[in-house]
Amino acid sequence: MEAGTGAARQVIRPEIVLRDLKAEPRGWLSWLTTTDHKKIGILYLFATFLFFVLGGVEALIMRLQLAQPNNTLVNPETYNGLVTVHGTTMIFLFIVPVLAGFGNYLVPLMVGARDMAFPRLNALSFWLLLFGGVVFYCSLFFTPPEAGWTMYPPLSDDSFSANGGVDAWIVMIHLTGLSSMLGAINFVATIHNMRAPGMSWGRMPLFIWTILVYSYLLIVALPAIAAAVTMLLTDRHFGTAFFDPTGGGDPLLWQHLFWFFGHPEVYIMVLPAFGMISEILPVFARKPIFGYRAIAASTVAIAFLGLLVWAHHMFATPTATVVLAFFMLSSFTIAVPTGIKIFNWIATLWKGHIVFKTPLYFAAALPGLFVIGGISGVILAIFPVDWQLHDTYFVVAHLHYVLFGGSVFGIFAGLYYWFPKMSGRMMSESLGKLSFWLMFIGFNVTFLVQHSAGLSGMPRRIYDYDESLGVTAYNLISTIGAFILALGVLITLVNVVHSLRNGKRAGNDPWHGNTLEWYTSSPPPPNNFDAIPRVRSVEPMKDIRREVLAHSRPAETVAQPTAPRSL
Amino acid sequence: MLAALAAALLALLVAAPSALADTFTPESGGSPNADAIDTLYKITLYVAIVIFLIVEGTLIWSLVRYRARRRGDDAAQIRGNTPLEVGWTVAAALILVVLTVVTFIYLDDIQNPPESGPSGLNASQVNFASIDQPAPPSGRPYLKIGVNGQQYLWRYDYPGKRKLFSYHTMVVPVDTTVVLRITASDVIHSWWIPKLGGKQDGVPGHINETWFKIPPDKAGTTFRGQCAELCGSGHADMRAAVRAVTPEEYQAWADKQATDIENAEQALSEQRKRREGEVIP
Repeated sequence: MEAGTGAARQVIRPEIVLRDLKAEPRGWLSWLTTTDHKKIGILYLFATFLFFVLGGVEALIMRLQLAQPNNTLVNPETYNGLVTVHGTTMIFLFIVPVLAGFGNYLVPLMVGARDMAFPRLNALSFWLLLFGGVVFYCSLFFTPPEAGWTMYPPLSDDSFSANGGVDAWIVMIHLTGLSSMLGAINFVATIHNMRAPGMSWGRMPLFIWTILVYSYLLIVALPAIAAAVTMLLTDRHFGTAFFDPTGGGDPLLWQHLFWFFGHPEVYIMVLPAFGMISEILPVFARKPIFGYRAIAASTVAIAFLGLLVWAHHMFATPTATVVLAFFMLSSFTIAVPTGIKIFNWIATLWKGHIVFKTPLYFAAALPGLFVIGGISGVILAIFPVDWQLHDTYFVVAHLHYVLFGGSVFGIFAGLYYWFPKMSGRMMSESLGKLSFWLMFIGFNVTFLVQHSAGLSGMPRRIYDYDESLGVTAYNLISTIGAFILALGVLITLVNVVHSLRNGKRAGNDPWHGNTLEWYTSSPPPPNNFDAIPRVRSVEPMKDIRREVLAHSRPAETVAQPTAPRSL
Repeated sequence: MLAALAAALLALLVAAPSALADTFTPESGGSPNADAIDTLYKITLYVAIVIFLIVEGTLIWSLVRYRARRRGDDAAQIRGNTPLEVGWTVAAALILVVLTVVTFIYLDDIQNPPESGPSGLNASQVNFASIDQPAPPSGRPYLKIGVNGQQYLWRYDYPGKRKLFSYHTMVVPVDTTVVLRITASDVIHSWWIPKLGGKQDGVPGHINETWFKIPPDKAGTTFRGQCAELCGSGHADMRAAVRAVTPEEYQAWADKQATDIENAEQALSEQRKRREGEVIP
């Protein structure tokens, strides 16, 4: 902090002179033309939550259809379409891009930069995503794809899926893939080059670590699916036979290419959520994160190992035992760095002074739910056991504990935590806690019994089941849970809309955060920081608050970090 | 909440009568490999429950015990503890080593077909057994059945001198090791009868193998399953069944089925000849 009088400061920094100051653009046109990372971040969040709602509605229709046997709410074709569109939406149009949205908003603020490295490229990333989603959803008005989000050929080939839905899916994969690729390059360039003075690798916030690893994983994994969908496109329309056994191709080639992308994609979806709660837990426990280096290192380890486990999705295919054993062991090893993270989060809460605000609820639920997904993941990694459980509701339960219990609870924690920074307003705590409990209970009611449905022999992706299978009660419970969960999500959305107008003023640093985004005003000005502070530890805001405290006599006036100007 | 869930889960597990056991474990009872998978799953589940309780317990205890009660900042400023962190890393790795060893112990029972039992299909009925399969030491043959998934039914091709196949329901003799050679002729399907062991995908252009051996006391039982890989709009209705019968009943069924097929084919070819006779002047 600069000390001295106002007059002295004018002498020190005479270069800060504003010439040709344009008024900040307003109105809807400013959103279309913006290259400001914060506005782009908000566009991302708005669009992806819209897709989240659409994907959620699709899930509710499926749950209604399955509420009882011999239900006729939707026909099999529609059901397969719902399965496909729900999975595709949640993965490609919600979780991956919503994390890009948080990254866009937060990365420059947290590293102390004034924007992303390539602001126009950043805008392109968003618009590619949006149009990818629009193209995909347009297929609903014609014929949506019905081959599942994994789009296995030959079912997705032109002989068995002649309609254009699969083509819309392919175009969507290309557009969102390009969007993610450009976004990832942008994050890498920003994080490598634009960190605040003093922010060495060992002082980088853990969320930034996870966004960096997320970006590298996208760069490594995306080319595989881009190649695969291009081959599928030429198989469908230009007479090639990459995946067609009657022409010398092999359907298993698709599965290898798809999962070489698809499994890193799981870590792409969950690591930034881990990063979010690694920021949130220490703030509300009033403690430093336990084992910063171990968490950062385990993020890198998970990413590396995550590239070596793809064929555990293919244990039931004709594959040599030695290959199955390799992928079992590589999948096992991932449990170690993941376990380290969970232990570190719990140790962060241990002996803390835990302040129970809504972000803490969601953040503390994540390890509790993710550990269930992690344990069922280890069980599924044992390939002989997977032969029983593969493609059943046990897997559906597992992946939702990982992606909803892990990613989405992390995303909601992040939403409640950073909403005051983005909007300048606090969200309602009572609505937030109500939403949390409904989501937490609804989620467990929906998905816990699905383990049992799978163990009883219920395969995935079936529109109907037989009474004699003995899964009728499980399915009814699951459907009821889904509506409780949906109500919880709805209350958060209401909370957002309500708080945008009526929330209490947040101030710069309502949570007593650790990282640089809390240094600037809420919402931050277009240039983020007038002066970028020097970073001396992994918790720069703690240092700044301490400094402010040391320079000010009354201890009550804590932590309004832009205050030093008037001291 | 988590504690309540965990407690409820544990209570159910402890109190679970055998009828409830399938709520928490895979289906089994029709074949030794399904039983071995069930045992392997249970061992893993017990390890998992211990880990689950430790993790959820410490998490909930930390949240309750260290909630902020009064004003002031009395949080312990701990940044890490190397021995503790090395400790839990090693512990996690050790648990996985144990699971690996247990898996490989059970793998042989799950993967490799045993020889047929004494009350199974015997050598005098060998005309129905595979001829390309080297005989196991006992001389009791495997019954090798081809399984072909098609939208939306299963076709089974039985070995033997006479042409023998069936759809939907596979008929097999008890106490006989049945080796399945699974493929598909249009899209990918997945063969799965839960009580008879794990599923294997039928992939066009590939042959996948699995086996089962139904105990003698299960004669007369029909085991049901369904396709486990999304294969199109009829996927949910693509059911499969395996009917276990005594070797004598199997023989009788095979004879009758083969005769029926021959009669049907003869009738078909006569019909074709008649039709061709009408077309050709």
